[in-house]
Amino acid sequence: MRVTLHVWRQPGPELAGVFVRYDMTDVSPDMSFLEMLDVLNQQLLARQDDPIAFDHDCREGICGACGMVINGRPHGPRRATTTCQLHMRSFPDGAELWIEPWRARAFPVIKDLVVDRGAFDRIIQAGGFITARTGSAPEANSLLVPKADADLAMDAAACIGCGACVAACPNASAMLFVAAKVSHLGLLPQGQPERAARVVGMVAQMDAEGFGACSNHGECMAACPKEISIDFIARLNRDYLKAVVSHPSSVVRGDGGSNG
Amino acid sequence: MAVTGVILFLFVVAHLLGNLKIFEGPAAFDAYAEGLRTVGAPFFGRGWLLWIARVVLIVAVLAHMWAAIETTRASWRARPVSYRRLEPVETTYAARTMRWGGVLIVVYVIYHLLDFTFGRVNPSFVPGDVYHNVVASLRVGPVAAAYIAAMVVLGLHLYHGTWSALQTLGLNRPPTGGWRRGVAAAIAVLIAGAYISIPVAVLAGMLR
Ligand code: HEM
Ligand code: FES
Repeated sequence: MRVTLHVWRQPGPELAGVFVRYDMTDVSPDMSFLEMLDVLNQQLLARQDDPIAFDHDCREGICGACGMVINGRPHGPRRATTTCQLHMRSFPDGAELWIEPWRARAFPVIKDLVVDRGAFDRIIQAGGFITARTGSAPEANSLLVPKADADLAMDAAACIGCGACVAACPNASAMLFVAAKVSHLGLLPQGQPERAARVVGMVAQMDAEGFGACSNHGECMAACPKEISIDFIARLNRDYLKAVVSHPSSVVRGDGGSNG
Repeated sequence: MAVTGVILFLFVVAHLLGNLKIFEGPAAFDAYAEGLRTVGAPFFGRGWLLWIARVVLIVAVLAHMWAAIETTRASWRARPVSYRRLEPVETTYAARTMRWGGVLIVVYVIYHLLDFTFGRVNPSFVPGDVYHNVVASLRVGPVAAAYIAAMVVLGLHLYHGTWSALQTLGLNRPPTGGWRRGVAAAIAVLIAGAYISIPVAVLAGMLR
């Protein structure tokens, strides 16, 4: 099959970017999207051009590295699918594809399609540790977790931190990511001792990173390759309000996070 | 946004319930308008509670606008380079028009106050004769049309606003299902529809 690509080329963080057009022939419909880009990069290298920089690692949909916006949708047109798991057969022959990096102030472009997602790492750090006993594995039934809670915690823990939620959000808000991370520990007994401090710390860091304000469009949920529900955002807001009321002293820094 | 929005929502509901008394005839409606000024007696003097409510409303409106401007600016700052195109999937027309819808509602409320509270744009304002003022204004076709249009905008704003506030206040709980959105939509249609019934009734000659 044939495809026409318009790829965002940006040589460096502070430099201006433009869309560059590449016409590709002989694309196999069974290639993944990243393999298609690999082939293009081989062609670029063969003619001494700078290959397109894009992030990737596991190529099996679990690491969250392969973020890019394809025709206005993070990770392309398929629901619950990362770019590495997207196949060229998802597009019609002769398709015209516009490929852009995640666009958010908190995710500065490093080069071409690669952005710096360090903001997410700093949010995780701001959540702090949990006081769980380490060492040998505890006896399985010594800590009881209701089945429903365990399931919900697993749903939240499915987050791979890819940043598609931020990329898809009209406000470039990181609420779904933070909601997933806050909820998966908050639902488990091991997460209780630091629960209030964790939610307050993560929300403050989220705001400090310069993400936008959630206005409940729900685009994040539609873009999430792990289909994490915005119910977790309601849970995050609930946890945050409770923490601020019950542990005012845990509001130690940042600008608080709630929007009135 | 959510807290001030809830206050404004409660006002919209209370105002609607009051306005619907217009269908009970001039005497009942004017008595209701008078009641707004005398409610709370003898603890409160004439108009005191009305003024307290007005102050709460003004503060809520200003705080709601301030929060809207702050969150909008935060969101603009958060994406300095925009996409060539971002394809909406999940969002609704109501959600995407919250900002302009809010501006339109403010414009409407200003006109509305000049119409019925200050009487400046009312064709024949008679202080205290509230029924007469409403009919005199809404008998004019374009004015009634503007009222109806404003109520549609309000309905959209309430639809996303109701659902969004539940989400922001952390009251939305699983199990998921479309029903929470459905309830928000039903509330919005009910409120907007009931408001619209008044200009329609005036145009149809039911209220004169
Ligand atoms: C067909 C729809 C409506 C009708 C017929 C109507 C009628 C009236 C009337 C007669 C008054 C004066 C009451 C008095 O002086 O005792 C009034 C006041 C007011 N209305 Fe409406 N209204 C409508 C819809 C709305 C909506 C949708 C809003 C807000 C979003 C609104 C906001 C206000 C405000 C802020 C006041 C001033 C209250 C005060 O004097 O303190 N109205 N309305
Ligand atoms: S490369 Fe790991 S999720 Fe796509």
